[in-house]
Amino acid sequence: MTEDIDRREFLKLTGGSVGVGLGVVYLSGLFEPAGARSIWGLKNNDFHFVQLSDSHWGFEGPKVNPDALGTLPRAVKEVNSLKQNPDFIVFTGDLIQTTDDTNVRRKRMKEFKQIVSELEAKIYFMPGEHDASLDNGETYREFFGETHYTFDHKGTHFIVLDNVSDPGGIIGEGQLEWLKNDLNKIKKDQPIVVLTHRPLFPLYPQWDWTTRDGGKALDLLMPFANVAVFYGHIHQEHHHQTGHIAHHSARSLMLPLPVAGSVPERKPILWSASEPYKGLGFRDIFSHRKGDYALTEFPIKEDAKV
Amino acid sequence: MRPMKLMNDMSGMKNFLPGILSLIMALAVYQASPAQGSDLVKTVENQARIIKIAAKRYEYTPREIVIKKGQPVVLQLTTEDRSHGFNIPALNLRADIKRDQVTELKFTPQTTGDLNFYCDIFCGTGHDDMAGKFKVVE
Repeated sequence: MTEDIDRREFLKLTGGSVGVGLGVVYLSGLFEPAGARSIWGLKNNDFHFVQLSDSHWGFEGPKVNPDALGTLPRAVKEVNSLKQNPDFIVFTGDLIQTTDDTNVRRKRMKEFKQIVSELEAKIYFMPGEHDASLDNGETYREFFGETHYTFDHKGTHFIVLDNVSDPGGIIGEGQLEWLKNDLNKIKKDQPIVVLTHRPLFPLYPQWDWTTRDGGKALDLLMPFANVAVFYGHIHQEHHHQTGHIAHHSARSLMLPLPVAGSVPERKPILWSASEPYKGLGFRDIFSHRKGDYALTEFPIKEDAKV
Repeated sequence: MRPMKLMNDMSGMKNFLPGILSLIMALAVYQASPAQGSDLVKTVENQARIIKIAAKRYEYTPREIVIKKGQPVVLQLTTEDRSHGFNIPALNLRADIKRDQVTELKFTPQTTGDLNFYCDIFCGTGHDDMAGKFKVVE
């Protein structure tokens, strides 16, 4: 199918549990890559991108993930097996597991970079607190470049915000000023996608699921009609609206975390032998028409050989 | 001042004796409570309670503290290694804890129950576990 489809037809085709937000279609059903691709036609400025997040390369904990060395490579294989190649890939932070040893940090970043170099699309990286908070992003920049920047793709303006290089989990006045200046150049109706690690809204501050000055960034974004935020950090799918701004968190590629406040302590969910890789995965984001997004969640599959 | 009057008018001693005994018993209870850290917690009745909390990777000492509803609290926060944060989300109250400084935070709990606090400055591998709670009682 090569022609575009309207939302009603899209929903009818997809079936399953589908929610419609402001300018966003959420698919929480799990499609096989081929199935997901077959219903989407690309037209004009339509495009796909894949969000990977929280791979925590270097994490060790057999009860949480006995395949700690294999999960990221499996994800790489799966992304490469998508029949519709993504235009690009974003990696929303916590690439590696934190360490106090700078040499170990470098080693993990080098290994991580080698693994994801197998991905067959351009990757836009950003740091999580595990990558950047202990040295204000110094080692991260050696391997992956700047921690905040912008790029444009088919009429959509992408803004990568760094809310982790400051260990206090803030964006900071300097970067907020940079954001303000960047937004001054953007038309109010141009689609904007913000990519960041922590939630910009206070999702659950008790577990540090917030950005202390995230509200200031959202205030700057509010005048723009079409804004979506994709982030990581909380290791699970979550969808939220602040006004007309949509926020979507991604699953982890190492360990799932419980729903906010569902348990007394924020401890990883233990591995299930009967359901291996449960809660882990990545997402495809299909931008069809400017600013409408269809999200498809992909689990890590046991048979993705590495 | 009442204590001075007490010293100079021993005939009124019996009027103050119950109060003095209550104060001594209250202090004894605090001294005897290991969970509150006998040398870390000092209380003067009807005044703000001063609570000293020491932070280090990746814990607070003490990490669980019983406080009374309605009684003002002054936290005196210090760190033994690097900068840490101290955040009580339910009260929208936070501070940086820096080396060689005593950071004070003041609040008065208005409801009973748990008041969780955590470190909101990423400090290393065990950062996610660096947390504690106040148990607010009547």
